[in-house]
Amino acid sequence: MSDSTVTNVVIGGLGGQGILRSSDILADAALRAGFDVKKSELHGMSQRGGSVSSDVRFGARVFSPMVPAGEADFLLLLAADQLEPNRHVLREGGVLILPEQVDAEKLLNRKSLNVALLGLLSRRLPIDEEHWLAAIRSNLPEPLHPANLQAFSLGRG
Amino acid sequence: MSETKQVLLSGDEAVALAAFHAGVALGVGYPGTPSTEILEEFSRLGGHAQWSPNEKVALEVAIGAAYAGARALATMKHVGLNVAADPLFTVTYTGVTGALVIVSADDPGLASSQNEQDNRRYAVAAGAPMVEPSDSQEAYDLFLAAVEMSERWRIPVLYRMTTRVCHAKTLVRPRSSPLAAPRASYTRDVRSRVMIPAYAKPAHLALRRKLAEIEAWNETSPLNSETAGSAELGIIASGVAYAHALEAAPEASLLKLSVTYPLPFGRIARFAAGVKRCVVVEEGDPFLAEAIRARGIPVESKPEMFRFGELNVNRVRRILRGDVSPEPQPKPGKAPMLCEGCSHRAVFDVLRKLDCIVAGDIGCYTLGVLPPFNAMDTCVCMGASVGVGLGLRHVLPPEQARRVVSVIGDSTFVHSGITGLAEMVYNPPPTGHVVIILDNSTTAMTGHQEHPGTGRNLDHEPSSKLSFEGLAQAMGLQRVRVIDPRPGAPEVEETIRECLDSGELCLIIARRPCILIARQIREWEKCAAVCSALQS
Repeated sequence: MSDSTVTNVVIGGLGGQGILRSSDILADAALRAGFDVKKSELHGMSQRGGSVSSDVRFGARVFSPMVPAGEADFLLLLAADQLEPNRHVLREGGVLILPEQVDAEKLLNRKSLNVALLGLLSRRLPIDEEHWLAAIRSNLPEPLHPANLQAFSLGRG
Repeated sequence: MSETKQVLLSGDEAVALAAFHAGVALGVGYPGTPSTEILEEFSRLGGHAQWSPNEKVALEVAIGAAYAGARALATMKHVGLNVAADPLFTVTYTGVTGALVIVSADDPGLASSQNEQDNRRYAVAAGAPMVEPSDSQEAYDLFLAAVEMSERWRIPVLYRMTTRVCHAKTLVRPRSSPLAAPRASYTRDVRSRVMIPAYAKPAHLALRRKLAEIEAWNETSPLNSETAGSAELGIIASGVAYAHALEAAPEASLLKLSVTYPLPFGRIARFAAGVKRCVVVEEGDPFLAEAIRARGIPVESKPEMFRFGELNVNRVRRILRGDVSPEPQPKPGKAPMLCEGCSHRAVFDVLRKLDCIVAGDIGCYTLGVLPPFNAMDTCVCMGASVGVGLGLRHVLPPEQARRVVSVIGDSTFVHSGITGLAEMVYNPPPTGHVVIILDNSTTAMTGHQEHPGTGRNLDHEPSSKLSFEGLAQAMGLQRVRVIDPRPGAPEVEETIRECLDSGELCLIIARRPCILIARQIREWEKCAAVCSALQS
């Protein structure tokens, strides 16, 4: 059984969709909120358009950097067709966040879908908005800030 | 130290920061997942970092720096240490004057490798003390400790990491002030440094004495730690398996080993005697369990099925339960493939069309084995395409031999294909041979690192550029062709056909920059042109 003080998030999708960037932003936001944080993913072959997933864990104290199968509180997918390879990570009653939950037409830049989905996730996490905004600014180059801050607020609602 | 801020770093970044804070004078390596980011980050921090043509050269350069009294770092992935094994096995005899830390980044579970060899075995075989961090804080702290150990015993230290330590990001509190680094200066010590048999025999004895001293020290080393818990269950763990064990069995007593060679058997025996059941939790081979049991200490090893793949919390729970029932297999995800517009595609299309027998190599282009190309028949290790292709040519009946082609990337060719080419001109097969260098002007697979064939150094600044065609000509190869494998180019098929039909020794260089980095390469070239114009 996972420690109830640890929140487990898995972000999945395809290489090039900004999965690692979104898990970096989430981990940074959790760190700014004062949590212990670990994140882990596989690099290498997965960068060539294949499936990619990233685990982020935060709480009072985190041990393993990997989310155990069946213990993810949240599964956030950037590509709906990546549900099958990732479904097993979600715990019973865990929350699934899918790309269609954001109206992509309203995004300033479609590449910011990852950050919009983080906005959606942020509603359910104990991390203040200021930490999210600071994490977005510090993990993305300045020219991308307006589109990503807009995407985050679109998702957060 | 406590006033410094915590930062979120990967294990690789933590090692780079520790190397920088330790005053490492030179960091050398060859790119390889999951080790690549160490030298890139070390350079970004302001350290002197270099890519070598391969791991053997990298380790030799690091040895030279450590002989000169400096602190040196060599980085490589697990299979890279096979290439560097030759210097490794003798530098433990010679010892060093400064510090030498050799990072071996292992890949249990084969996230991006051709095997899942367990390099802890190298520590024993070569007689190098070994240190294993379990997260980024330890990657930082234990690197500094490894530098100290190396200097104290004048011995190279094997710093063994794994994918989940290299690439996981965890919090690190760095030192507030860097260590003072020694000045490099040469002191002649021929008997220690020149391994003729007369000097190597006593050097071997001296090495074993050092290891015995380190073993005694390790019995009480603060680098290993013990957490008292249940008297029923004790766990001995190292590396990331320790983090999984903490979560899987929070009630257990834990012996965490950070220096895993030479092992502190006295301490291990006392720990095992203090619990009813003692289980060794380790990823990969049963390295610790075998060594401990060989000393007559009764510990449980994991069931054989857990030798394969990475461990995780659930698998550690299974090990502790002794559960060997089949594990649930998640549905496979989407396989990686060659990018749209990748310059390798045109070549593989032709090789499949011509029904070639393709001896392949290590890089992005290994994906040529998968559909829609299905155009690779062998892949063993870096550089093997040339030798394997030649072997096939030598013994196959002529009608098959004539279809054999070796395919190798530019970075891989420099790494260990050049000697294969020398073999080809020295021992030519009766039907000739065709070697194709897929030259995309970068080490693409590991994230676009430079190499001697790109004409730029690790920092992307201009350097000498190795000419593959010039090299082939100097070796006496007559038929050398350079083609542009742009999509739909007829010359790709024409040239491969011409070379296959010639029955001669041929080198085809299919040169077109990786599309993911072509624009960046043009910018570096423009920048270099401006710089050189300003200087002249």
